[in-house]
Amino acid sequence: MERLERAFRKRVDRAAFIPFLNTGDPSFDRSLAFFRAVLRAGADILEIGAPYSDPLADGPVIQASALRSLQAGFRLPQVFEAASALRPETDAGLVLFTYINPVLQYGLERFFSDARTAGADGVVIPDLPFEESDPVRAVADSHGIALIPLVAPTSGEDRIAGICRQARGFVYCVSSLGVTGERARMSARLQELVQTARRYTEVPVAVGFGVSRPDQAHEIAGFADGVIVGSAIVRRIGEAVAAGRGDEALLASVSGFAGALIEALHRTGAAATPTLR
Amino acid sequence: MSHTHVDAAPSVAKTPAGARYPDAYGRFGPFGGRYVPETLMSALHQLEADYLRLSADPGFQEELQYYLTHYSGRPTPLYFAERLTEHLGGARIYLKREDLNHTGAHKINNTIGQALLALKTGKRRVIAETGAGQHGVATATVAARFGLACTVFMGEEDMRRQALNVFRMRMLGAEVVPATTGTRTLKDATNEAIRHWVEHVEDTYYIIGSVVGPHPYPRIVRDFQRVIGDETKRQMLEREDRLPDAVVACVGGGSNAMGMFYPFIEDDGVELIGVEAAGDGLETERHAASIARGRPGVLHGALTYLLQDEYGQVTPAHSISAGLDYPGIGPEHAWLHQSGRARYVPVTDQEALDAFYLLSKLEGIIPALESAHAVAQAIKEAPRMGRDQVLVICLSGRGDKDVEQIARLTGGMADGTA
Repeated sequence: MERLERAFRKRVDRAAFIPFLNTGDPSFDRSLAFFRAVLRAGADILEIGAPYSDPLADGPVIQASALRSLQAGFRLPQVFEAASALRPETDAGLVLFTYINPVLQYGLERFFSDARTAGADGVVIPDLPFEESDPVRAVADSHGIALIPLVAPTSGEDRIAGICRQARGFVYCVSSLGVTGERARMSARLQELVQTARRYTEVPVAVGFGVSRPDQAHEIAGFADGVIVGSAIVRRIGEAVAAGRGDEALLASVSGFAGALIEALHRTGAAATPTLR
Repeated sequence: MSHTHVDAAPSVAKTPAGARYPDAYGRFGPFGGRYVPETLMSALHQLEADYLRLSADPGFQEELQYYLTHYSGRPTPLYFAERLTEHLGGARIYLKREDLNHTGAHKINNTIGQALLALKTGKRRVIAETGAGQHGVATATVAARFGLACTVFMGEEDMRRQALNVFRMRMLGAEVVPATTGTRTLKDATNEAIRHWVEHVEDTYYIIGSVVGPHPYPRIVRDFQRVIGDETKRQMLEREDRLPDAVVACVGGGSNAMGMFYPFIEDDGVELIGVEAAGDGLETERHAASIARGRPGVLHGALTYLLQDEYGQVTPAHSISAGLDYPGIGPEHAWLHQSGRARYVPVTDQEALDAFYLLSKLEGIIPALESAHAVAQAIKEAPRMGRDQVLVICLSGRGDKDVEQIARLTGGMADGTA
């Protein structure tokens, strides 16, 4: 868990960059190469996606990515393998992103134990709301894994307070209504949502769902501690797979995009307000 | 706390007191709950509060009753199936004629209720998922009646199997959106409906069609469908001056079964039999028997029995009947199974087809393929019962929608001899 805090704190000039990629899309080795590419570009925390057959919180791009991974035969064990392979290579935080059913079937105790062994620092479970999270958080805590909660634009202040008081690692702020995917506009309520969350927690607040362009990342960096980008990266992989393009060009495209996002996360002028106390 | 997960199911009471469930956490024993994205949680809490307020309001109940009576045609008959009874030579068989409802199935009991909820809570737009298309048609119907905009999500494969219902929905003014992911059936249509709701939660009411999904939906749908069991009980007492020995209903998500079972849960003498679709057979991978072949897990927001692989990936279901082609089951059914109060049995595609023909020819009643599964189980049960005993089949829908599919399957031999 400390590694997650350090990942935010080491940056005062910019917001943390948190890219999401699915494990095993389109193959285990190629997905590892993409993780390494975004790490080299300067990712502070990696979100390592576990493929799931029924990803309710995901839009078409990440659904298709999960399907490619599942069809290639990948399940939770390969997600732990990916984390284990990356852990010795980086100080970046490693966060696993998985739906609840694979966790329950693997067994709560076994899941968090293996996550710890693999070197993961946190877990995001998008279909595990506050009301259902107590038993999961208890096991996560016992293994020193941060159960990272989500808040949404529809969460009232009472909910946000409750969620944030139990937050570990960071708070994952959902930028807009809807599933993951690229969006032209960010919700006007987003900054207010981040500020509300801050009133109830000391942990960093990162924003995800829908962030796809450097200018959006830059705007969010003005008020949040980190920016999560998934679909916009995963889409590049999907397009390259569909076009049968080789890794060389794809890695360059992923690295270049990650670099542009990181550049945009630098805070300027009055916005340069490191928010961590 | 009732936060009980798969690996920590509580000890089981022999006879659950149905009225107590769900608990404050939306749990039926260990099953149920709310496993959905945070974006939906406030809407679910609001729905729960609105539902509790409105369902206790005599004005709301009166209005619901009005539409059930004058629009849907309730009460539906409890019909003594004399020739089927003679043919099987055992228990006296009654059919609860839900197929005689407006739109041809029990689904409208729930859509009238939920459309009224949408209206009373100021929503002008409704969405729904549908498998066979019966719930989609029932939703499109009430949306037309109450002047609500309506979008129905339907698996691409089901749209092919049930083209007539797609046409009906569009005639009623609904937009039908194909679900093109996964197996392109009910499971995927439900995913798409939930994803759509996440994005439009502030102005859209989601009319779930079965006793599935996150709390409070399994309870709301059960409450709107319990009219089936309440009427059956009353009619049975009038006709036979006694309760039935057994009631049989098919189970996909399980709304007609839950509606039939619920009023009988505390009547220990009434056996509750739920029929799952066994497709090509339980020994194959092509079936939809979540209780017989599934394990507890989370699907569409609830902890329940579902078909899945070792690592919790949901596996495709199969049934000849689109309405039963679903890898999960309502959480209250999971509880009735685990507690031993209800018995869940498998019926194959072929057994359902045989029952479809038998009922058509003996009683002049063409059942929906879904309901034919319940008839098939009754064919097994009735001869084992005494002539003084009584068996009720929930005939949840009529088979008009299936005629075209059966004509294709049998190469046009309408008597099933192909």
